[in-house]
Amino acid sequence: MNINTISKIKHGRNSRKRRWNIVTITLTVIVTLLCIAMLLLGNTIYPLNVVVKVLLGEEIKGATFAIETIRLPRMLAGLFTGFAFGIAGYIFQTMLRNPLANPNVIGVTSGSSAAAVFCIIILQSNKAVVSLASIIAGLLTTLIIYVLARGKVFSIGRLILVGIGLQAMCNAFITYVMLIGKQHDLPSAMRWLTGSLNGIKLQELPILVVSIIIFVPIIIVLSKPLSMLELGEQSAKMLGINTDLTRIVLIICAVILVAIATSVTGPIASIAFLAGPIATRLVGVGLSNSIPAGLVGAFLVLAADLVGQFAFIVKYPVGIITGIIGAPYLLFLLIQMNRRGDL
Amino acid sequence: MKDRSNYLPKQFILIAFLLIALLLLSIIASLMFGSRALTIQEVIDGLITGNSESYETSIVQKRIIRTVFAICCGAALGVSGVLMQSVTRNPIADPSILGVNTGAALFVVCGMTYFNINTANHYIWFALAGAMIVSVFVFGISSLGRGGATPLKLVLAGAATSVALTSLTTGIMIPRSFIMDQFRFWQVGSVGAGTWESVTLITPFLLIGIVIALFTAPALNALALGEDVATGLGVKTGFIKLMASFAAVMLCGATTAVAGPIAFVGLLATHVVRLLIGADIKFLLPMSALTGATLLIISDVLGRLIGRPGELEVGVLTAFIGAPLLIILAMKAKVRSL
Amino acid sequence: MSASHVLLAEKLASGYDTTSILDDINLQIPSNKISVIIGANGCGKSTLLKTLARLIKPTTGQIVLDGELIHKYPSKHLAKIVGLLPQSPIVPEGITVADLVGRGRFPHQSLFGSWNKQDYEAVAKAMDIMNISQFANRNVDELSGGQRQRVWIAMALAQQTDILFLDEPTTFLDITYQIEILDMLTELNRTLGTTIVMVLHDINLSARYADYLFALRDGKLIAEGNPAQVITASLIKQVFGLDCSVIEDPISGSPSVIPIGRYHVK
Repeated sequence: MNINTISKIKHGRNSRKRRWNIVTITLTVIVTLLCIAMLLLGNTIYPLNVVVKVLLGEEIKGATFAIETIRLPRMLAGLFTGFAFGIAGYIFQTMLRNPLANPNVIGVTSGSSAAAVFCIIILQSNKAVVSLASIIAGLLTTLIIYVLARGKVFSIGRLILVGIGLQAMCNAFITYVMLIGKQHDLPSAMRWLTGSLNGIKLQELPILVVSIIIFVPIIIVLSKPLSMLELGEQSAKMLGINTDLTRIVLIICAVILVAIATSVTGPIASIAFLAGPIATRLVGVGLSNSIPAGLVGAFLVLAADLVGQFAFIVKYPVGIITGIIGAPYLLFLLIQMNRRGDL
Repeated sequence: MKDRSNYLPKQFILIAFLLIALLLLSIIASLMFGSRALTIQEVIDGLITGNSESYETSIVQKRIIRTVFAICCGAALGVSGVLMQSVTRNPIADPSILGVNTGAALFVVCGMTYFNINTANHYIWFALAGAMIVSVFVFGISSLGRGGATPLKLVLAGAATSVALTSLTTGIMIPRSFIMDQFRFWQVGSVGAGTWESVTLITPFLLIGIVIALFTAPALNALALGEDVATGLGVKTGFIKLMASFAAVMLCGATTAVAGPIAFVGLLATHVVRLLIGADIKFLLPMSALTGATLLIISDVLGRLIGRPGELEVGVLTAFIGAPLLIILAMKAKVRSL
Repeated sequence: MSASHVLLAEKLASGYDTTSILDDINLQIPSNKISVIIGANGCGKSTLLKTLARLIKPTTGQIVLDGELIHKYPSKHLAKIVGLLPQSPIVPEGITVADLVGRGRFPHQSLFGSWNKQDYEAVAKAMDIMNISQFANRNVDELSGGQRQRVWIAMALAQQTDILFLDEPTTFLDITYQIEILDMLTELNRTLGTTIVMVLHDINLSARYADYLFALRDGKLIAEGNPAQVITASLIKQVFGLDCSVIEDPISGSPSVIPIGRYHVK
């Protein structure tokens, strides 16, 4: 065989690996900077040494409250939910081979959100119950969508329409619950309908962190089977993948991540939808993009929140900003898919 | 194909009768029920004597306005749904799904914020402008590519646009709480904001829309057979589609201008009626108007009962009833037609 | 050289959901030879291929590979023996040729493994055989139909299976590419001894390139044998309902079907 061919292949693979590494490291750096920014900025801007001291446990008047009680939970929530939404969106989109098929568009996030609102406002449950309910609702919504959309032949169009219908119902339910709970005020509405980092407490975060620690490694382990699923059911099976098992495990991981993230911040619009395509555009195709997608998700949430907090006179919740970013991209994607005849 | 010309009139009259009866019942329910239930006697007293000192009478007066308002809006949305479904030849077309009412809402909020308009007379024009522009936009995106504006593409484009516009609308409203407090229903529609002024305001638009609808009805029947067939029959398809779309958007836009965005009414009304009397547009139009009105009234009554002492906006209820219908339609539809 | 395997179907009935397509099929795939399944549309050719490849579970009967029921084989193990090129393969957007061919190495790799020496060699060899090395780092969606098909076959080759199933590999290609692909598959069979089982829609190309034919009608196997035995006017009439005359192909010597229609008959 041709030695040239081998070196060509090696060269191609190495350059892609290099690109992946560079992008991932850059994203990590940017996300870290954003995290630091979120701790520094606010009504009062604290210098870095103050922040460090507070984090190490010192009691500094004013700073400790602002940083520990308000900014730190906000930053951590944004970081982890962004990461969770990003990875989950990427998994859905890759498995269903369609950028439109992601938890945002097909309504999985609104299902979890509806359950979370119900538990928090009506049942006044504790965090564990809320998270559990969100997970169950998310899985249930996914199952319902799957069953309803299956038909004789699977069609992505049907899946999306069913998802949009479910989302409309869930949003209506959320509005209803908030009316009953007399929490008809706008901040709550924003949180549960489009997502917000306001008012999050540190105690709400451990479950989120734990689920990321458990489920992200599972996803990473399954990245090769996931990339085989991209080739279609028949090819994947013939290459030795247990397609049903792989899909079920990955979906469960993705839904749980999304559900728990949603129960903390509400369904932050567009992240699950945008993170995957952006990551793929940056990193290229061929190696698993789950981690980059997670990082892009974190980046989007943190950046959008900073914009929402400081770019305008009024503070906007992160979901509004991401909604405004995501929708034009969705439209652009639709235009592109229509032109190519993919829809 | 069934020969409808013979059996339809009898069927039609029976069903028309039924629908009118339902409408009357719902009107009575609307007057009787709410945060405080009234007896028939109290209702009649309130209507006839008009004694504004009695507490019951004032309730009846308020409910009359609501009911009349709901009738107008419901009828308008019903007719709008029929028109839109005929023009796009698409069972899932509903002005709300296409983002028309979120466009109207955005323009009104912009008008209130940047142009300081504050009378219904003025913002109805903004609403109409918003409705027109958004529907052109959504339709334009969906028409790209193979197959033109398929149901899926329309819904997707509409949904995406709605999300964008709602975000923008909320974004504009957040810093301006006085607008928000007054017009909370820009996020979800309600018939509670209706007044006699608003009814008089939208009536001309509704009438124009309905007249255009009736005028285009025969042509739309031909259009349902296919674009080429219709042209072969001598129908000016482009003109008819334009007129019908214009009427549909006007009806929906005017309604949104005074009630906020109410979703799914057109979808629900047309499908119920279609199940009952088939697809003849001439009959579909008035029946959908009746059904839409009834639907909206019932939703409002339920909303008032559930949301005591306040109200659960009608927009929430129609979403809750209408979305399952969308899902059922999507499940039933053949893959190719999606 | 590829190993020989005994792959046979016993009393096979198979189909989708509620429809049964195949009925009481008994056959053995000739080892190290090129077999082609022929028949009219909807007679079950694709179903048979997919059932043999374990993509469809038979309703009754079994597929036996080397004495063991095929569904008992662990997936990865089977993937080293049997490969399949589906009818409409899906190309992930933006993937390069080398990457796609490389995916065929999955059965030989661990969940984490990067490519080792064998992987590189297998991929390179497959690409050289299919003459696509010059496209190694190009995007697959930039290639022509024929080139893309070669990439897919290269992926199946990189999998280094002893048996290769191909579901209508030439259906959407220009005639030049059809011949090119079939020639390459022949070379593959002659040099590596790979057992090839194909569904082809062109009866004459089937007659020319097959060592062995299986003729299906309405889900039943009605004839098998080498082309000279199977391609007869009476059988073609049975299988396709076509009146024809069978002559010897002047180029290859294989039987060639000349259809007799209502017009243009001397």
